[in-house]
Amino acid sequence: MKKLLSGIMVILVIVALLFSAQRYFSSQTGTGDKDGKVLNLYNWGDYIDPSLLKKFTKETGYKVSYETFDSNEAMYMKIKQGSTSYDLAVPSEYMIEKMKADHLLQPLDHRKLTGLKNYDSRFLNQTFDKGNKYSVPYFWGTLGIIYNDKYVQAKDVQHWDDLWSPKFRNQIMLIDSARDVLGITLITQGKPVNDKSEADLAAAQGKLTTLMPNVKAIIADEIKMYMAQDEAAIAVTYSGEAAEAMDKNPHLHYVVPSEGSNLWFDNIVMPKNAKHKTAAYAFLNFMSEPKNAAQNAEYIGYATPNKKALALLPKSIRGDRQFYPDAKTVSHLQTYDDLGQKWTEKYNDAFLEFKMTQR
Amino acid sequence: MKAKQQRQIFYIVPYGIWLLLFVIAPLMLMLFQSFTTSNGHFTLGNYGAYFGSGTYLRMTFNSVWYAFLITVITLVISYPTAYLLNQLKQKQFWLLLVILPTWINLLLKTYAFIGLLSKTGTVNSFISFWGVAPQQLLFSDWSFLLVAAYIEIPFMILPIFNSLAEIDPRLSQASHDLGANKWQTLRYVIFPLSMPGVKAGIQAVFIPSLSLFMITRLIGGNRVITLGTAIEEHFLVTQNWQLGSTIGVILIVAMIVTMILTRDRVRKNIRK
Repeated sequence: MKKLLSGIMVILVIVALLFSAQRYFSSQTGTGDKDGKVLNLYNWGDYIDPSLLKKFTKETGYKVSYETFDSNEAMYMKIKQGSTSYDLAVPSEYMIEKMKADHLLQPLDHRKLTGLKNYDSRFLNQTFDKGNKYSVPYFWGTLGIIYNDKYVQAKDVQHWDDLWSPKFRNQIMLIDSARDVLGITLITQGKPVNDKSEADLAAAQGKLTTLMPNVKAIIADEIKMYMAQDEAAIAVTYSGEAAEAMDKNPHLHYVVPSEGSNLWFDNIVMPKNAKHKTAAYAFLNFMSEPKNAAQNAEYIGYATPNKKALALLPKSIRGDRQFYPDAKTVSHLQTYDDLGQKWTEKYNDAFLEFKMTQR
Repeated sequence: MKAKQQRQIFYIVPYGIWLLLFVIAPLMLMLFQSFTTSNGHFTLGNYGAYFGSGTYLRMTFNSVWYAFLITVITLVISYPTAYLLNQLKQKQFWLLLVILPTWINLLLKTYAFIGLLSKTGTVNSFISFWGVAPQQLLFSDWSFLLVAAYIEIPFMILPIFNSLAEIDPRLSQASHDLGANKWQTLRYVIFPLSMPGVKAGIQAVFIPSLSLFMITRLIGGNRVITLGTAIEEHFLVTQNWQLGSTIGVILIVAMIVTMILTRDRVRKNIRK
């Protein structure tokens, strides 16, 4: 009994120590906002150059509490539930539309934004946020084909239709996303990626089924690891993922088919229950300064929508047609709209049926 | 007498609250959601959508089939292993080695298999050493079954080992004395007495295998589709929690059926 009691005491002491340590650390970095000099930023993991956060604190005096999420849906849930108030968040375009519809965002005061003029007008005023009332672009990118030049020649994979070539039997990895995979199929049939027609969707599903013999796997983030390890010759994935894989394997190349593809955005928004608005505007302006945006783009490796920042980047980056495609290709890119519950389900059901196709 | 009863009730309180909050309440919520539409009206539509769709029925069949295969594979490997372990001198030590892998995070083990089975992985570099061309090992039924069976094996060995260890050694001596050979002893004495362990093992392996989904993507490359994939999709992507809950309820029913089929009927046998 004595042993048991002393055991319990030891555990209690450890718990108390851990608890106070946790309190201590969270007061150091965390969301404690006694003096109001903080900014609660909710962003994807490793999606900002950490030295910029330090610089921001030095310049403005606001401490940044950086919390991360790994999917738009997870972020949406947390903001909707509202237990933590974030001052800024970085959702993708279709999620911005959804959050706007659910009244989770507050409009930005354009008089307080000093850097909006630095952005390329091609990346402003998109359908998901007309007039950039709610969001400022952070990064943009594309969906494309990544291939390994050891197994595939460049000329064989310039277009989406090339994926259907019998040459590539059991060699292609697809991203596990209904919209992306059905989207490229719709593009090959000359249809828009936001198509809401039963007949078009059925036709796309029919065509997609014939791709199955070429499909090796349908996976998510693992694509970059598998491509870097030579597991497959070709994969369909996002430009950001491709950039990471290409860092690790010099044989990899990325193509955005000129007939069109998805154009995605990650924009900065201000959730409805943001508390530190002054800090939030300070951060938006800080990040739109060309020098900072350029530094961030160089660190992350995604394409910056900031025109003046682009001019500051080294030629090897800004002239890279893989990540900054030519004007003609960009003009064919399409963004995703929020399809709404009914069509989201239709797309996903079609994709699930595709996944169930026997080889 | 009454005081004792009161004390017993008192003991139940902490776990009772736990059970209520984290087992019963979520189950009720799930059941409730599976019978509602997205705006909260009563419907049987979710079940209609499930049973009316060839895709979901095929997926259900797939889940059961793969779970069955995983169970059979683990059972075939585990029974002799558990039997052998029982004969060893340092059996607790060997058992520890069997249990050891369960201390390692599931995701880590899965990634380790990617390193083994990938095109440039250990297995392929080993066979290419013998002059065999590299094979496609990942993203196949076989790799999926291998990894799933590897992960589930300790949960099969453990209950079988325990039930074998409980068998009184004098019983097999007696069977010998009565003229049974080794095989007959195993077939008519040891095996029937170890059945409770086998059944517990089947439950411990078959039920979780029904809704495996992480491995279906990482190792199976989504070439193996089970109900777990559909549940993940409905809760995360389409956010149709009603249909997701429906599939969840169906899985629970499948588990209950498994429990009933493998229920312990030893006592009844003895009475016969």
